[in-house]
Amino acid sequence: MPKVSEKVNGPLSNLRSRLEGVDLRQNAIFIALLVLIAFFAITSPGHASLTPDNWSNLVVQNGYILVLAIGMVMVIIAGHIDLSVGSVACFIGAAAGILACRPLEQTGWGWLPKFPWWFALIGAVVIGAIVGMWQGFWVAYVGIPAFIVTLAGMLLFRGLALVTLQNSNIGPFPDSFRLIGNGFVDKANYLGHNFGMKNYNAAALVITAVGVVALLTQSFAMRRGRIKYNQSVEPRTWFFVKNILLAGMIAYVGFQLSQANGIPWTLVLLVVLIIIYTTVMKKTTFGRHIYAIGGNLHAAVLSGINVRRVNFWLFVNMGALSAVSGILIVARMNSAVPKAGDGFELEAISSVFIGGASVQGGVGTVTGSIVGGMIQGILGNGMNLNSLDISYQMTTKGMVLLLAVAFDVWSKKRTK
Amino acid sequence: MTENILEMKNITMTFPGVKALADVTLNVERGEIHAICGENGAGKSTLMKVLSGVYPHGTYEGTMFFENSPIEFQNIRNSEHLGIVIIHQELALSPHLSIAENIFLNNEITKNGLVNWNKTNQEAQKLMAKVGLSEDPNTPVKNIGVGKQQLVEIAKALSKKVKLLILDEPTAALNDSDSEHLLDLLRQFKSQGLTSIIISHKLNEIASIADKTTILRDGEVIETLDMSKDKVDQERIIKGMVGREMNNRYPVRESKIGAEIFRVENWTVHHPDDLARVVVDNASLNVKAGEIVGLAGIMGAGRTELARSVFGRSWGIGISGKVFVRGKEIHIKNIRDAIDAGIAYSTEDRKRFGLNLIDDIKRNISLASLHKFTKRGLVNANEEYKVASEYRTSMNIKAPSPNSIVGKLSGGNQQKVVLSQWINVNPEVLILDEPTRGIDVGAKYEIYTIIQELAAQGKAVIVISSELSELLGICDRIYAIAEGKITGEVARKDFSPELLMKYMTMTKEATNA
Repeated sequence: MPKVSEKVNGPLSNLRSRLEGVDLRQNAIFIALLVLIAFFAITSPGHASLTPDNWSNLVVQNGYILVLAIGMVMVIIAGHIDLSVGSVACFIGAAAGILACRPLEQTGWGWLPKFPWWFALIGAVVIGAIVGMWQGFWVAYVGIPAFIVTLAGMLLFRGLALVTLQNSNIGPFPDSFRLIGNGFVDKANYLGHNFGMKNYNAAALVITAVGVVALLTQSFAMRRGRIKYNQSVEPRTWFFVKNILLAGMIAYVGFQLSQANGIPWTLVLLVVLIIIYTTVMKKTTFGRHIYAIGGNLHAAVLSGINVRRVNFWLFVNMGALSAVSGILIVARMNSAVPKAGDGFELEAISSVFIGGASVQGGVGTVTGSIVGGMIQGILGNGMNLNSLDISYQMTTKGMVLLLAVAFDVWSKKRTK
Repeated sequence: MTENILEMKNITMTFPGVKALADVTLNVERGEIHAICGENGAGKSTLMKVLSGVYPHGTYEGTMFFENSPIEFQNIRNSEHLGIVIIHQELALSPHLSIAENIFLNNEITKNGLVNWNKTNQEAQKLMAKVGLSEDPNTPVKNIGVGKQQLVEIAKALSKKVKLLILDEPTAALNDSDSEHLLDLLRQFKSQGLTSIIISHKLNEIASIADKTTILRDGEVIETLDMSKDKVDQERIIKGMVGREMNNRYPVRESKIGAEIFRVENWTVHHPDDLARVVVDNASLNVKAGEIVGLAGIMGAGRTELARSVFGRSWGIGISGKVFVRGKEIHIKNIRDAIDAGIAYSTEDRKRFGLNLIDDIKRNISLASLHKFTKRGLVNANEEYKVASEYRTSMNIKAPSPNSIVGKLSGGNQQKVVLSQWINVNPEVLILDEPTRGIDVGAKYEIYTIIQELAAQGKAVIVISSELSELLGICDRIYAIAEGKITGEVARKDFSPELLMKYMTMTKEATNA
């Protein structure tokens, strides 16, 4: 066997050999997130960033961006972009209002009955998917660049949202509908009362414990699978450190949330979406075709991939996820308003790029984009707690995006 | 008394693993038309790139003299400054700009920092008159034909006070009357004292226009023929180009040829940009089980276009003809259909069309056959790894692991990944387009062995190659294609490079006559 790397003598050689096989670039973003959390824990007045309520706020406030980031990373990996998601989210929020809320100030909808909350939810997602079909049709079958189609969509669907809202708001939404954006799992802590626990939300503790066990089981199962097939695995020490850190982080956040109102339904939704879409991207042919198209379009075509169909469904999916985001917004604000989702497309796009996706396409992960979104969220939240002026907040966010991508470019050059 | 305007002495150029030029010496007399011939890959373009400064001084060994003073170019601007201008086969014109703008591109006539359009158009008109163009200088270049675009390129060269004009395959894309006009123009420039170097595959043109012909083969100068003294005809040039010796660069094999597997009948394809242009013209061919069939033709003859149009109509429009697999006519609408019908095509340009360079070996190998790794909708990555490991061993892909990124492998190993991808589809017919382009001799031998192995398994293999010697070395039968037509079919017992070269260079007037 040829030696892959040269042995380096000296005190660092031991550490270096232990870290062999560790992808530092992929892990850098997690480390950046931890550093950011630590930084604001120290600097925020009264360590406010670490309070249970703040953790809870963080999740609920950023949920709609993170949902958009999941769809956006898929679009960006395939080499496209979607500038319309903020407008689509606003439009869908309005549409959900038409379905779920009565009485309406808006005229012309009197013929529609008031639908049950769950029907409004499903209906909104379906309308989102139809919006996605519209954009997917132009991108995939007519061949217009996604930048143009979705730039048009950004105006188009903002316009349709305004038409739907008729210069007014729609609300309030039914309580059951609002749970998804504003509610908590077992908030009244019935489970806790049975066990005599009053200060800690019992459901949150149970879910967290299940989550930690599931994560560890999954990691070990994957490692075993790779070893069984004689594949290289991360060094044992690093594997343990990484998983203990991750499990610790989840346990910590869950513990904090249990001291607030418990686990937000938004978080449950997010975790489910992350698991589904990570699986889609890593394990299904659809996901693999997306990477192939972004990596080399010509090669993908010549390998028999139906590129048009993949592109079409990508945008349908993005439309549906924009709808989910729009639902979260109106559920949280209890009102569909004309300015909802303004600029969200840019936050979602920067989450994806901070999360390590490539502008050329072919590279990116769902988890990376989520972490990228969390970095932005924590940055905004921390700066708010430190009462930093909005002007400096924008400046900082801009610099973070630029430097994150610069780091990515630089580290890629270095490995070449 | 004549003097040499250009002397290139002992030029050697080495790329990783390949010696592109070996001790090449070329002398060009002032006022002559000097032709350079050789097979694709013989080193013609490399030599011209050394001369024009595309490969800067220091990347090659040897010395060059222009008008008796030594030259050491750092870039193309240096060589153009001295009046050495190269016109490439792919024209370097900006299609939306006007003729005048193109002629003075990066050489604009300015006054106080602003372009003087009146003077530009006036000067352009003068230059255009010299090359016989009567168009309005404001006409966008995309609105004139290829032949006239070629003339714009020459006018552009003249604007640079050219002393030595290098033309790389100037007539490859031209029709007969445009070609004739261009050659006349060159003769006219010659009478005015301009020196030209012309690279061409069209041997009849060379025989009619060149004063001297230098023949390159495998990066070496074989001979320089004086066209007036040596009684040179096309046969003589072909003999020099293909050479004689055939050492054991090819693995020996006993072919076991079975029943016909693949047949194409009356296949006609038109250019996607121009429905009137026939690129493949009524071509018919067949391949039997265990047979390796070559498709020989010069660049632009329609080899790749034939292959890609058969492979799921992935090239061309207005396609007509029939395809049979095992005697049954198949109707292919797209690439998936072609793959499902048992046809595989590995591209001539693996980096652009064949591989996802930023992804790893295992995922590149599985891409065309992903369904085989999928159970209940989920791809089994471990199974992919296992299969890729097997290919890594059997194909001898030199990489640390199946997880290695394909972009970091050498050309030969990348080619093995492409072949693995298509072998894993388990096709009946493999069309391999330039399977050994740009890879070194050792890896070539390995690829030949793999190709023969595939034939031994009873597959029908079609090999497209620009290297005639390669086809002669590994094929059982060779079709020659010229200007989209199958111009000849030669069985192994009748193999001769001269015969094939004759078929390959058979142009329209020759076939009509």
